[in-house]
Amino acid sequence: MTKSQVRMHVNGRAVEALVEPRTLLIHFLREHLNLTGAHIGCDTTHCGACTVDLDGKSVKSCTMFAIQAEGATIATIEGMANADGSLSALQEGFRMEHGLQCGFCTPGMIMRAHRLLKENPNPSEEEIRFGISGNLCRCTGYQNIVKAIEYAAAKLRDTPQKEAAE
Amino acid sequence: MNTAVLTREQREAKLEGMGCKRKRVEDIRFTQGKGNYIDDLKLPGMLFGDFVRSQYAHARIKRIDSSKAKQVPGVLAVLTAEELKGVNLAWMPTLAGDVQMVLADGKVLFQNQEIAFVVAEDRYAAADGVEAVEVEYEELPVIVDPFKSMAADAPVLREDLAGKSSGAHGARKHHNHIFEWTVGDKAATDAAFANAEVTIKELISYHRTHPSPLETCQCVASFDKIKGELTVYGTFQAPHVIRTVAALISKIPEHKIHVISPDIGGGFGNKVGAYPGYICAIVASIVTGKPVKWVEDRIENLTTTSFARDYHMTTEIAASKDGKVTGLRVHVLADHGGFDACADPSKFPAGFFAIVTGSYDFPVAHVAVDGVYTNKAPGGVAYRCSLRVTEAAYAIERGMDILAQKLGMDPAELRLKNFIKREQFPYQSALGWEYDSGDYHTAMNKALEAVGYQALRAEQAAKREAFKRGETREIMGIGLCFFTEIVGAGPSKNCDVLGLAMFDSCEIRVHPTGSAVARMGSKSQGQGHETTYAQIIASEIGIPADDIAVEEGNTDTAPYGIGTFGSRSTPVAGAAIAMACRKIRNKAQMIAAYLLEVHESDLEWDVDGFRVKGLPEKFKGMKEIVWAAYHSPPPGMEPGLEAVSYYDPPNMTYPFGAYICVMDIDVDTGVYQVRRFYALDDCGTRINPMIIEGQVHGGLTEAFAIAMGQEIRYDEIGNVVGGSFMDFFLPTAVETPKWETDHTVTPSPHHPIGAKGVGESPNVGGVPAFSNAVNDAFSFLGTRHIQMPHDYWRNWTVANQLGLHD
Amino acid sequence: MIPGSFSYHRPTSVAEAAGLIAQHADTARILAGGQSLIPMMKLRLAAPEHLIDMAAVAELKGIERKGDSLLIGAMTTQHELIASGLIAETVPIIRETSLLVADPQVRYLGTLGGNLANGDPGNDMPAIMLCLDAGYRLVGRGGERIVKAREFYKGTYATALADAEILAGIAIPIPPVGHGFAYEKLKRKIGDYATAAAGVVLTAAGGKISSCAIGLSNLADTPIYAQAAGAAVLGRSLDAPTIAAAVKAARALMAPAADTRGSVEYRTYVGGVMVERALKRAFARARR
Repeated sequence: MTKSQVRMHVNGRAVEALVEPRTLLIHFLREHLNLTGAHIGCDTTHCGACTVDLDGKSVKSCTMFAIQAEGATIATIEGMANADGSLSALQEGFRMEHGLQCGFCTPGMIMRAHRLLKENPNPSEEEIRFGISGNLCRCTGYQNIVKAIEYAAAKLRDTPQKEAAE
Repeated sequence: MNTAVLTREQREAKLEGMGCKRKRVEDIRFTQGKGNYIDDLKLPGMLFGDFVRSQYAHARIKRIDSSKAKQVPGVLAVLTAEELKGVNLAWMPTLAGDVQMVLADGKVLFQNQEIAFVVAEDRYAAADGVEAVEVEYEELPVIVDPFKSMAADAPVLREDLAGKSSGAHGARKHHNHIFEWTVGDKAATDAAFANAEVTIKELISYHRTHPSPLETCQCVASFDKIKGELTVYGTFQAPHVIRTVAALISKIPEHKIHVISPDIGGGFGNKVGAYPGYICAIVASIVTGKPVKWVEDRIENLTTTSFARDYHMTTEIAASKDGKVTGLRVHVLADHGGFDACADPSKFPAGFFAIVTGSYDFPVAHVAVDGVYTNKAPGGVAYRCSLRVTEAAYAIERGMDILAQKLGMDPAELRLKNFIKREQFPYQSALGWEYDSGDYHTAMNKALEAVGYQALRAEQAAKREAFKRGETREIMGIGLCFFTEIVGAGPSKNCDVLGLAMFDSCEIRVHPTGSAVARMGSKSQGQGHETTYAQIIASEIGIPADDIAVEEGNTDTAPYGIGTFGSRSTPVAGAAIAMACRKIRNKAQMIAAYLLEVHESDLEWDVDGFRVKGLPEKFKGMKEIVWAAYHSPPPGMEPGLEAVSYYDPPNMTYPFGAYICVMDIDVDTGVYQVRRFYALDDCGTRINPMIIEGQVHGGLTEAFAIAMGQEIRYDEIGNVVGGSFMDFFLPTAVETPKWETDHTVTPSPHHPIGAKGVGESPNVGGVPAFSNAVNDAFSFLGTRHIQMPHDYWRNWTVANQLGLHD
Repeated sequence: MIPGSFSYHRPTSVAEAAGLIAQHADTARILAGGQSLIPMMKLRLAAPEHLIDMAAVAELKGIERKGDSLLIGAMTTQHELIASGLIAETVPIIRETSLLVADPQVRYLGTLGGNLANGDPGNDMPAIMLCLDAGYRLVGRGGERIVKAREFYKGTYATALADAEILAGIAIPIPPVGHGFAYEKLKRKIGDYATAAAGVVLTAAGGKISSCAIGLSNLADTPIYAQAAGAAVLGRSLDAPTIAAAVKAARALMAPAADTRGSVEYRTYVGGVMVERALKRAFARARR
């Protein structure tokens, strides 16, 4: 199949590549761009381990073709840490509250939580659980993930946000 | 020089040793997407392999035509059993003493069984190649009901075993029979039943399900033709065992095989055994001279890799009319699918099912297990089962509730009456286990008080009356489970895997500047060993946990171990760690004595160094001792500071717990609400309470899913039903209940740090608690035993059959 | 897990899209949000040779009020429906239903048009369009036509869409202020299709129901407009016999598939329970 050119911004960098139209965004990220943080956990768009942030939306990158992301701005887990290398509020929250065990769902979970907290900076527990209902975890039973997100929400509310509006 | 004088507590805190909620080392890389999982691996020239799989559950393979597949751009080779026979790998040994087809050899025995392996330049080409392979089948009659597998006219499944009247575990009764395993005193047990005032007998089935870790099984195999060396990266919970098995079946010498398990995205027993994907990737690498990656997709994982459970347990309890149990008799029909691929120790084809006497003082008991073949995926032991302990706990905990109902006794009261008493430990069970320690009454009473049990029963009584009056359509259930489980396989006298004794190991090397590296034969898949093992070492040898690097999974550097499954890491590897530490501390003591110019016996260990008894100012800290080991060791002593321990546990360990579930069920829809779930665990010494709590949350969530709807089912012709996440019930954060955790501490007397292990307890104890809650909810309406899973539809069907919708 | 190959097209107008569909006929599929189509392509249950991505067709976006109608472009996502103040104010059942579709990520990309035009009896939005008596604007090479939602669904994956026609927009008569509404969905877990679901839009005056439309999801091979069930409550208050009559009438229309969600018997029974609960909630919300 003839390949097409695709251009997008990923974690602040412009990227350009030739892809088959059928190349899934998750494979493009993992194999063309070597951003292996987003993972594949299922075949039926249920698990959310592949979640990235695309043009201000939480998106399951396994259910999108890379070519659909032409011109998009994408953030993945690799771009989440602060410029000085310290962990972002969410990454810190997940560590402080033991919100991960095997780590496989974690990048997708954090990227979803990132967008969730932008949608709703002060979510209740119920809102958090509903907000992450597109992300499956087999290890933690979610309880500490909720705490991790609450931790981050509190920290973000207390810290003046320097990030550019998204 | 450290001028601040720290208190003992401060010095302990600095170590971050045992007992503290040390934050995890692993999280630094995982939260940044920098884990090293198998599919992250890219080797130069790497190829990709993918399977052609069987459409049918039982069929002859008449013809495989791979000519079109080989024309697909990017496809390099298509392997079938024919090619594998050339290297004697068309079949492979299983951990249960059976053999399993790697690729279909003349026939297939379960839907999605591997038929051919397509090797291509990338995964997209491989997928196209798989589509293009044509297979011609001749369908054969299918057996999916294990109760029909030994019928006189049942079709022969294992033609390769024709004429073999015995297998790895003794005589075979029928062409679809695998083994019969018995334990206990049959005559005494039969007598107890014959004389019993009250008996119960119930078929209690634990349905087939699957561990489904979020990362599927995968590997990268790379054979270096020049060196004659094979490197296999893979999702292996037992990397050394994989290496030895690879050496035995490939004839490549073991020292030329390198098996590496980097980060694993969840195991839960799914990643213990060897799969055709690993063998085919290895062969493909040898054939092509390039690395070959194999990554199964989710449907492949759920429908072909090690399933869990499928145990049908006819459970009988004999008792006096005032509720004292006098005997236990269980017959199990075990459905192993097409091949017995169970990861059990070789002498235990039914794992540790003999723990089925549970927490109760049965004077006599007898168990018989018949394993059979069916046209389903192979396996059976997986999913945090502690090797069939989940099944045993379900049988006894359901059984006790059924007995309580028959006696008209409260299920808590029945349990308290029959618990093994604290003073009876170490306790010899009627089925041959020596339980190390326990204090069941304390734990049970603590749990009952924590949930306000009496008030809950009163509420339930009132609600039942209201229901009968038609004032509510909701019924309330209280599910109890008091489990004792058995983990830490195991003593060499009775535990081995393919002949390898089930010890484990630890090697610690302390560097001159005072930090250390430690390697173990276990392999974490999320349990946090890098964090918790360092805590053990920190407490034992007084080096801060942050200064201890923990490594697992590289068979070139890690000492030999049997891996992580069955909650064996803390009991076995954890013990090896303590023993290696004590060798180091003993040497450190000699060095300290030399430096302080005293006799060793004048010294006592004090958090992070040695102090002269009665002379507190005479102290040598570990940092100084370590430097001395490299700089000026005492005369006659080897320099350096390192130790290895291979630990052969003297016994298993026996964690226990009290779980209580409160549930409300809407009889018109079958929808349940878990109102409350309280879990008290006793895992002996607690290394990191934060991690223990996380393990309990995760295991309870798995148990919730299993009890309330998760299953792998087959229709009458062997089609898998529910083999993807569309139907396989994995609860989201919305469905998952909130968990309350609590604990008691009853150390194991035989373990160097008194720890028992906890990873599997929540799955063992959780399922009976949920199932007992559902059963308890309906019992006042006349039910005796409702089989799980208890999904909405099944709950509604029970209500419907009770006439509640008329 | 890996789809077959295809040629990718990204038209920028409805006319261009219609032309491409006409040209490639049944070798082409429309790509809206992709949240139904791409999973099917990954399992190779769908293998179009041409994929026509509608993302750049600006005409298909937008939510606006025009007189007594709410006009929604087919490419409006579930997320946009939920976020719309206009929808929350005028046709709140859309928001309530949309929140019960799939999960947050799928809602960011999944479109109303995709949910409506597929003909998948498991989708949720069609049933409420039946309640609302929505009109679908279908555009083809020859022009455009309006087909009522209540006439659009013919069978599983079978709709009134002609060859080379696109669902471009949905026109919804805005229900009266003070109307009652509810969408009641029984499902195995978040993200699942309905085991049974019922949507109700009603008005009441003087404690009696003056209009009532009931739609049912995943209880037959198409969404069901349960006219007889809605008629059964007219002029009445929502007492037990009235509810029972509506439930009975609704159940008579149901013919659910027996699948992993339940038997025909179970789904029919709980379908009736959903009707009852939706009626009660809608009535409680209505200005009476």
